[in-house]
Amino acid sequence: MRRALLLALLAAALAFPAAVTLPFPRHVLIMIFLYGSLAVAWNILAGYCGQISLGHAAFFGVGAYTSTLLVARAGLSPWVGMAAGAALAVLFSQAIAFPVFRLRGHYFAIATIAVGEIVQTLVINWDWAGGARGVFVPIKRPDSLWNFQFHESKALYYYVALGLLLLGLGVTRWLERSRHGYYFRAVREDQDAAASLGVNVAREKHRAIAVSAALTALGGTFYAQYIFFIDPESVLPLSLSILICLVAVLGGVGTLWGPVVGAAVLVPLSEYTRVWLGGTGKALDLVIYGALIMLISVLQPAGLVGLARHLRRGTRA
Amino acid sequence: MEIVNFAHGEFLMVAMYVAFFAWALAGLDPLLALPLAVAALAALGWATYHGLIRWVLGGPMLAQIFATFGLAVFLRAGAQFLWGVDFRVVQDPWLGGRVALGPVFVGLPQLAASAAALVAFLGLWRFLARTETGVALQATAQDRQAAALMGIDTDRMYALGWALGSACVGVAGALLAMYFYVFPDVGGTFALIAYVTVALGGFGNVPATLVAGVVVGLVEVFAGLLLAPAIKYAVVFLLYLAVVLARPQGLFGRW
Repeated sequence: MRRALLLALLAAALAFPAAVTLPFPRHVLIMIFLYGSLAVAWNILAGYCGQISLGHAAFFGVGAYTSTLLVARAGLSPWVGMAAGAALAVLFSQAIAFPVFRLRGHYFAIATIAVGEIVQTLVINWDWAGGARGVFVPIKRPDSLWNFQFHESKALYYYVALGLLLLGLGVTRWLERSRHGYYFRAVREDQDAAASLGVNVAREKHRAIAVSAALTALGGTFYAQYIFFIDPESVLPLSLSILICLVAVLGGVGTLWGPVVGAAVLVPLSEYTRVWLGGTGKALDLVIYGALIMLISVLQPAGLVGLARHLRRGTRA
Repeated sequence: MEIVNFAHGEFLMVAMYVAFFAWALAGLDPLLALPLAVAALAALGWATYHGLIRWVLGGPMLAQIFATFGLAVFLRAGAQFLWGVDFRVVQDPWLGGRVALGPVFVGLPQLAASAAALVAFLGLWRFLARTETGVALQATAQDRQAAALMGIDTDRMYALGWALGSACVGVAGALLAMYFYVFPDVGGTFALIAYVTVALGGFGNVPATLVAGVVVGLVEVFAGLLLAPAIKYAVVFLLYLAVVLARPQGLFGRW
């Protein structure tokens, strides 16, 4: 039953671009997949390993900047840049892991904000990387898979984004069943108890942040190739880090499908409110989000997935 | 209190708006509006505790972080919704211009703000160390259950802690409004510097925070002077990460 439902969902997702050719609905779905995959990546570190990072924009930016600079300055394919960006994000995550994992809980979260701010400040003042003005991805025609540029239709972007999301979900599913997934959750529940039972806490945390950083960087490269322009304000801000967590928290932290559910609710909400209330600069959508986050954390910290589980248990009992 | 208020910067923003509107609507100078800002912020802190924090104290850490985080987003967007994104300035405050301290020129509002901050610091320190309520507050922060067993009303202490901490933000906001623009995002950088300063000194240690504040200020100024003004905050945060690597509990922390 459950498997049939998932297969039907996947088939619908694969068939969607053939059925709907309007650009806007396709764009909304692409954004759902992108933010879904970012939230899935964040969820591996925060949801399973219990380390609440508020600096994930830094990994996203590493992915976006690495591929874009390789395309613009060295003429390499974005796919090479994507792999390089993910590798660089892993190296970077391992370097920052030493100081930030000395801290726990709230203080870890603060340190990750500081990391994000450092990266953003440095990139703003780095002229070779475009500085505050940002970098354009050079436009190449005609469309080609090798150049990762599709101007005629969004369909291929759609499939790449879907692929990223499925990759993230696959990694999470594999982690859930693997030894390391259990170690991660042990660290989340009680770090000292896990250590006393022989879990190498530091090494597991390093693993979790490496996987999370790599997946986030892939999303960064995708964003750069989709929008064709990146600057520190769009790929490195604290607000992006917050948005990533928000998607996961709304859906349900520490669950496989939570981040996807969160993205499926939040992204259309923000895309459509932007269209309806757009240009007023009134930030009404953010007022609603803020209230929503407070409500969720007080009433249902397990998110929408937790709420659904709760309701289902209620009807059975 | 083992809970970080991620809306700290937004509290500062609210205090600055209180001072600004006291000036714009009633013609009160920020110095006169200071008690008003303190009272408003104390009320805000008290309300935040009773409306929000109390309900997540026993919950998962994630809920604690996101509760105040949601409050931050709410307050910031709310300010933008109500008052727009314009930068507002209090014009011609009582204290203006600069004074010469030997060969050094210092802005008068900045000097007054530093002095007032020091007074607030001393007041808070003496309150925490010398009064019975202050000691009870510290006990609650150290161990909530043990404090409750000693007959301390921990619920009241938490509410007091939130009101007191927020009142201090009220002092800072009113003083800052004398010489800084008021806009919805004003709190971000200040709050981050505040977290880093407290973490650098060691949580729950008032005099250490003062020392750390001086260190952060000096690093900021010298990084701006010797390297580049644009990256001074990056240097402060790097210093913080370096300290944390060696001493996760902060320079003077005990835990």
